[in-house]
Amino acid sequence: MELKEVFETMAYGPAPESSAAVTQWLEDHDRKFGQFINNEWVTSEGADYYPSHNPATGEKIAETMQADQPEVDAAIAAARKAYKKWSKTPGMERARYMYAIARNIQKHHRLLAVLESMDNGKPIRESRDIDVPMLARHFYYHAGWAQLMDKELRDYQPVGVIGQIIPWNFPLLMLAWKIAPAIALGNTVVLKPASYTRLSALLFAEIVAESGLPPGVVNVVTGSSKAGSMIVQHPDVDKIAFTGSTDVGRILRRQTAGTGKKISLELGGKSPFVVFDDADIDGAIEGVVDAIWFNQGQVCCAGSRLLLQENIAKKFITKLKARMDKLRVGDPLDKSIDMGAIVHQSQWDTVDEWVKIGEAEGGEVYHADIEMPTQGCFYPPTLVTGLDPAAEIVQEEIFGPVLVSMTFRSPAEAIALANNTRYGLAASVWSDNINLALDVASKIKAGSVWVNSTNLFDAASGFGGYRESGFGREGGEEGLYEYLRPVWQDRPQPAEDFDPEAEWGATTPTHPLMPNGKMSLTVPGVDRTPKMYIGGKQKRPDGAYTCTVLNPKGELVGQVGDGNRKDIRNAVEAAHAAHTAKPGWAMRHGHNRAQILYFIAENLHARAGEFTTRLRAMTGQTEKAARTEVEKSIDRLFTYAAWADKYGGKVQETTLRGITVGVNGPVGVIGIACPDEHPLLGFISLMAPAIARGNTVVMLPSQKYPLSATDFYQVLDTSDVPGGVVNIVTGDRDHLTKTLMSHDDVDALWYFGSAAGSYHIEYESAHNMKQTWANYGQARDWMDDEQSAGHDFLHHATQVKNIWVPTGM
Amino acid sequence: MATEHERNPGMALDLDWVLGTKVNRSAVERRTASLPTRRSVKKVWQAAWLLRAVTCIDLTTLAGDDSPGRVRRLCAKARQPLRPDLIKALGAEEMNITTGAVCVYPSMVPYAVEALNGTNIPVASVATGFPSGLTPFPQRIAEVKQAVADGAKEIDIVITRHHVLTGNWSALYDEIKEFRAVCGDAHMKSILGVGDLATLEQIYQASMVAMMAGSDFIKTSTGKEGVNATLNNSLVMVRAARDYFERTDIKVGFKPAGGIKTAKDAMAWQFLMKEELGNDWLKPDLFRFGASSLLTDIERQLSHYVTGRYAARHHMPIG
Repeated sequence: MELKEVFETMAYGPAPESSAAVTQWLEDHDRKFGQFINNEWVTSEGADYYPSHNPATGEKIAETMQADQPEVDAAIAAARKAYKKWSKTPGMERARYMYAIARNIQKHHRLLAVLESMDNGKPIRESRDIDVPMLARHFYYHAGWAQLMDKELRDYQPVGVIGQIIPWNFPLLMLAWKIAPAIALGNTVVLKPASYTRLSALLFAEIVAESGLPPGVVNVVTGSSKAGSMIVQHPDVDKIAFTGSTDVGRILRRQTAGTGKKISLELGGKSPFVVFDDADIDGAIEGVVDAIWFNQGQVCCAGSRLLLQENIAKKFITKLKARMDKLRVGDPLDKSIDMGAIVHQSQWDTVDEWVKIGEAEGGEVYHADIEMPTQGCFYPPTLVTGLDPAAEIVQEEIFGPVLVSMTFRSPAEAIALANNTRYGLAASVWSDNINLALDVASKIKAGSVWVNSTNLFDAASGFGGYRESGFGREGGEEGLYEYLRPVWQDRPQPAEDFDPEAEWGATTPTHPLMPNGKMSLTVPGVDRTPKMYIGGKQKRPDGAYTCTVLNPKGELVGQVGDGNRKDIRNAVEAAHAAHTAKPGWAMRHGHNRAQILYFIAENLHARAGEFTTRLRAMTGQTEKAARTEVEKSIDRLFTYAAWADKYGGKVQETTLRGITVGVNGPVGVIGIACPDEHPLLGFISLMAPAIARGNTVVMLPSQKYPLSATDFYQVLDTSDVPGGVVNIVTGDRDHLTKTLMSHDDVDALWYFGSAAGSYHIEYESAHNMKQTWANYGQARDWMDDEQSAGHDFLHHATQVKNIWVPTGM
Repeated sequence: MATEHERNPGMALDLDWVLGTKVNRSAVERRTASLPTRRSVKKVWQAAWLLRAVTCIDLTTLAGDDSPGRVRRLCAKARQPLRPDLIKALGAEEMNITTGAVCVYPSMVPYAVEALNGTNIPVASVATGFPSGLTPFPQRIAEVKQAVADGAKEIDIVITRHHVLTGNWSALYDEIKEFRAVCGDAHMKSILGVGDLATLEQIYQASMVAMMAGSDFIKTSTGKEGVNATLNNSLVMVRAARDYFERTDIKVGFKPAGGIKTAKDAMAWQFLMKEELGNDWLKPDLFRFGASSLLTDIERQLSHYVTGRYAARHHMPIG
């Protein structure tokens, strides 16, 4: 190229980052890698190997071993052995290891970045300026929690051996999100990187060894999805952490169902990017670039649905297309490009297929008018306009550089469109009106909401989704609980194997029960058979059947309605109506919810004698025991009245200039299947935290002893509880649970019943990724505050939304 | 100044254009933070870009101790901004590389005009009570007239900042329009003194009013404010110029001034111009650097390109 020519054209030339150091590292390993177990490379004879390709060139750069059962077993055994000591290692000591890892990441910053770009195809600017710095930041941040754990988290213990499965879009960053909190808190890990992108995890493994981490604390297993399943199904794994597609997330949820393994899933998204007419338009355009053309759009939280206020839509789209035409796509190692290569041809095909579907659906497809590389796996920045929510590509995650745009007329419509998705991972809201922006941010159902910004992440703020985007958070204090278990609790280890096809929750026909002389009334009392409690009113059971309630001696103590599917449906509708009422339950002040909980306590107290008598009659317990249960129930109501205005969240100390607020929002509508033990106290202990934190509930009381719950109708009626906040359906608990479980508009299900029931609800929850909380058939002591009024009740009653608000004049 | 485009005739003040745009600082910063990391030019491309940057420099002296001799020395550097051996090694002998202009105080204009006699290098003069712009209006007008009469082809006027701070847009518009009228054929650069303005949004608003009033260039600062050219305030001004172009089809130039000292800085601003406005805004008729020490650093970088050795500052002739 002639100097004079460039002087006139002012063209960009190639600006390649050298790959020499990475090449040398690969050569040092003969471009062949085994498993990393106990800080050593492990291979076995006759093993299969899988090629790693540079997607920008198609060139094979290395091959890695395919793990089979022996390697998976060895890695888990190594992690188990290391756990014994690591979990007892003082936090201060673990903090030093974490610090050493962070330092070593920084020492090898460029090597990690170049390898990441060669293996994944992402621009070197991103791996160098974003992925690797955040990798180090996560280890620094969690070094702090290791240091503080002994004092600040003394109610918790580590979970054990963690199986972690990560995707190919951010191989190093996802590794950091998984490994850093896990080992900081005393767990040990077996990590399986994605097949397309295994190499940076292997380099990281060497950095771990270099940092002197004890053998077995971090193990890296490479293999296919088969190896992933082996990890997930291994009985000696205590928790699974997964980031990836919603479909695979469903499989893992089913594979771990009923096992007592903890699980956190960070899944797909179709995140809205909302622009109001009073936004900084040029700023928002750059936001779009960062939202959908970052990492070739292969980002779970990519802002892939552009929602424009109608009056600016035309101007915005014109400007956006002009901006697209300035993007540069090419060699990921070129320091002068905006977008690199799609990770693999099969992903390219998927993206292209979606665009064709969009076109067939009537969308107008605009590919950036730019020079594209002639070889390698590259896809142009793409915008699809003219589609409505009914179009498939407006709803489905594309996972590529493809943006769909729509318009809205009002803030309310913007919120409705933003929430018109099965996902809920992230959202961007652009407006220079703080009232509007923050109000909309608070109403979008997503785990991260960025105001006048996009794709902001930091170790100090949790990331994770609502709805089918998964559950659990990574980062921040809220992310720690994924790797902790209350000190009093052992891992549930249900002994049985369950079969998803096994009959569970089938209806049992009810029939009249003859008293056979067991009732000895001389004068008939006034019949008080309760109905269902739905929407604040007593409703006759839809099926018009009745079940009987017997005391332990087999004597008839009462009758309740036998609920069916339609009663559940009505209860769920009522629970939703309580949210959409004005003011919705969650929108009321914590003070107001506290007052109502105190009022419930007051009215329960006034009727303490009646409830004591009822408990005695149902359960046959002593008067003292029954009275104590009622007193404790009042105490619990006070506890959650107290928490109603003290658990709203906190300001996160992220690297953002501005404010990052972690809001503990409600989960929504929660179905709660109550235990048989302590029929009143169990019921109250579950209902109270849920409604205190703004959820509405469908309660399934103890099937054996439901009468203290049905007596409770009148307490609710007299306590100013808005209709629909608490709904109570009596009957066959497991059958009703099954119906709640298969209701897609129920956001979470808490189940305190059998091991088999726990299995089935977890298995079924995969369908709409309902959050579940099951006891695996293990009773807890409802009288004990540590077990039954702990932080984990509030934790399950909330989901964290982090709202990022940058500031500046 | 070689002009390949229509001169900005200005237009009636339209406050919808001035007030209808929001500027969000964090969004601006996000863009400017990644601009210099998203682009890089190397080897011959870098040499060509830096050579181009040289042609966009308004080689400037605006010091209290300026003297005819100092101005003559500066003009000599403007005529021959790069050492002849470097020009030769670059194969740029025929390209007639000079700086974009020489920029001086009004009383120095005659000396500069004389020193640049026989070249195409225009003399630019600051005027209108530089740097504060707070001398009586008739004196400011007279100053422009004098500089033009003395042979300045470009006038860098300063605006009355309090018109911006108080939102007195018509006063600002009228003032700039009158300056423009007395500039005549001389091109007018309007210095906004962005370091004195309160918000990025005011920088946008002042830029838009200045363009409507007929500025040929909008310029960040005098070099005397606490904050001078930054990528942030430049991005806002450049986007205002883009909006003005999109609405009127008229290209207004941009001149960042003050604090641009290194070749790396210069390239960051070049990336900004190319990415936000396009190639037309990389050439001296629409882009200038107001700088004094920048040239030496560019010269050193070009020397490194030619020789492979890092250059000593004292090997470069001073201006």
